[in-house]
Amino acid sequence: MPEPVIVTRNLVKNYRNFVAVDGLSFEVAPGESFGLLGPNGAGKSTTMRMIGAVSTRTSGDLAVLGLDPNTYGPEVRAQLGVVPQENNLDLELKVRENLLVYGRYFGLPRARVASRADELLEFAQLADKASAKVDDLSGGMKRRLTIARALINEPRILLLDEPTTGLDPQARHILWDRLFRLKEQGTTLLLTTHYMDEAEQLCDRLIVVDQGRIMAEGSPADLIRRYSSREVLEVRFGSTQNAEVAGRIEGFGERVDVLPDRILVYSDSGEKELERMTAAGLRPITSLVRRSSLEDVFLRLTGRNLIE
Amino acid sequence: MTGPQLSPSTIAASARPPRPFGSLYAGNARSVMARGWRATRSTNALVVLSGIVEPIFYLLSMGLGLGALIGQVQTEDGQTVTYAAFIAPALLAVAAMNGAIYDSTWNVFFKMQFAKLYEGMLATSLGPLDVALGEISLALARGLLYATGFLLVMQALGLNLSWWALLALPAVLLIAFGFASVGMAVTSYMKTFQQMDWINFVLLPMFLFSATFYPLSVYPPGIQYVIQALPLWHGVELVRALTTGQVDPGLLWHVLYYAVMIVVGLAATTRRLRALFLN
Repeated sequence: MPEPVIVTRNLVKNYRNFVAVDGLSFEVAPGESFGLLGPNGAGKSTTMRMIGAVSTRTSGDLAVLGLDPNTYGPEVRAQLGVVPQENNLDLELKVRENLLVYGRYFGLPRARVASRADELLEFAQLADKASAKVDDLSGGMKRRLTIARALINEPRILLLDEPTTGLDPQARHILWDRLFRLKEQGTTLLLTTHYMDEAEQLCDRLIVVDQGRIMAEGSPADLIRRYSSREVLEVRFGSTQNAEVAGRIEGFGERVDVLPDRILVYSDSGEKELERMTAAGLRPITSLVRRSSLEDVFLRLTGRNLIE
Repeated sequence: MTGPQLSPSTIAASARPPRPFGSLYAGNARSVMARGWRATRSTNALVVLSGIVEPIFYLLSMGLGLGALIGQVQTEDGQTVTYAAFIAPALLAVAAMNGAIYDSTWNVFFKMQFAKLYEGMLATSLGPLDVALGEISLALARGLLYATGFLLVMQALGLNLSWWALLALPAVLLIAFGFASVGMAVTSYMKTFQQMDWINFVLLPMFLFSATFYPLSVYPPGIQYVIQALPLWHGVELVRALTTGQVDPGLLWHVLYYAVMIVVGLAATTRRLRALFLN
């Protein structure tokens, strides 16, 4: 078992009158792609900031690449690449200049930064935009530039805080492809997201975080097995009928979830449940059988209430 | 605070003690300054230029224009000089102040609140002191540029009455350093544009009343003490003594005033940046 690159033990962060992170313990292995999944305000970004050595913890232990970020802030940051939730590119500088200047913040030699910048522009598919203004880039390009910038110091760990929030599907897929390549090259990825498909695409292992605590930990497939069924049957009877129907299908599948607009039946075989429903004389307006996803796990663990 | 169970790499790192001020300063303020040069070159070259001509306009209008009506003025030391030679050094000190204040307040405010520039910088191996020193050095470089231009104009108009005037350059740097450090510290507390306007509200009367356009002796004694407590007055007196050649050891008090301003301003800025971005 290789030495973990990130170790947290009972990590806690309190702000003046609320607890943002409430005793997180997890480890990330080198080369692993690890996800923090949770609703807004779950404490994901705060955790990322503590690991990124830009926030000091209230209590607990934390080691990043074997170093305590509280004491060795600059040394830790020198080995990390950070992609913050909101792009903070330097708008007064051109695209390539953003990489050059950022590299110099790490004290890297000018020549090395220059050649690395060209490689990264290729990697981020921005080579033809090298002398463009940052403001003229599309959302997806800005995101890729932010990732390229985070890689300028050849970091051992890349921290990505909601890497694809706000991007259109094409831009997201391009970004995932780039991140997947990094993973193949052995870069450790630590990312937060509230997109389930993103977590399933990118994470080897993840924790579901809610209100600063870990609700579950495992690989996406693991979590689905543990907290959901193989398949889900979604049926709609019209919003006025749902409640009445709910009483008649009690005991269907492993679990039934009655929502205002539809009913979900968790089961090993969705088709079988549908047949059973038809046999009972129920005629749903629409029905859909699908594979269970992380979203089902997520909603089960963190509840369906809107979290603001 | 104790670390987690020690791994080999932890032990290796712990054996090397953290550098003094290690988390505050990486010794790389020049990269912050280099960034500023690049940005200035591409976006605010014109703003920089306007800062050079502004005090020259003042000098021409008030020094030569108004000066024709006023004639001679007596300095604090009893020396009689032309009105232009009297206000030129004061305008030089004001130019240094304005250059430093512009860079360290509005520029810094924008970078902090909107561009999130410092957030990005502090995610690298830079510390808050690198950022503060880099930004302030940039303000100083600008102050130096303004001062050199203005001194040349003074020389051309025959307003430098002594070779001591050469020392006005380092004096101006000192003044700019003092205002830039304090300006950046104050800006770090500002949240809105309205609050930023308070800075102008303080600067304008200081510019008008710090014995800039007439000698301190015009004021009744009580008011004189108030003026003497203001930073710009010390700057004006220091530069005026140098360009008119009235040098005596008492000038060191002015130097000390700015030294204190610099230390207090830098310490406060570093503390604030740490609280804002590394808490």
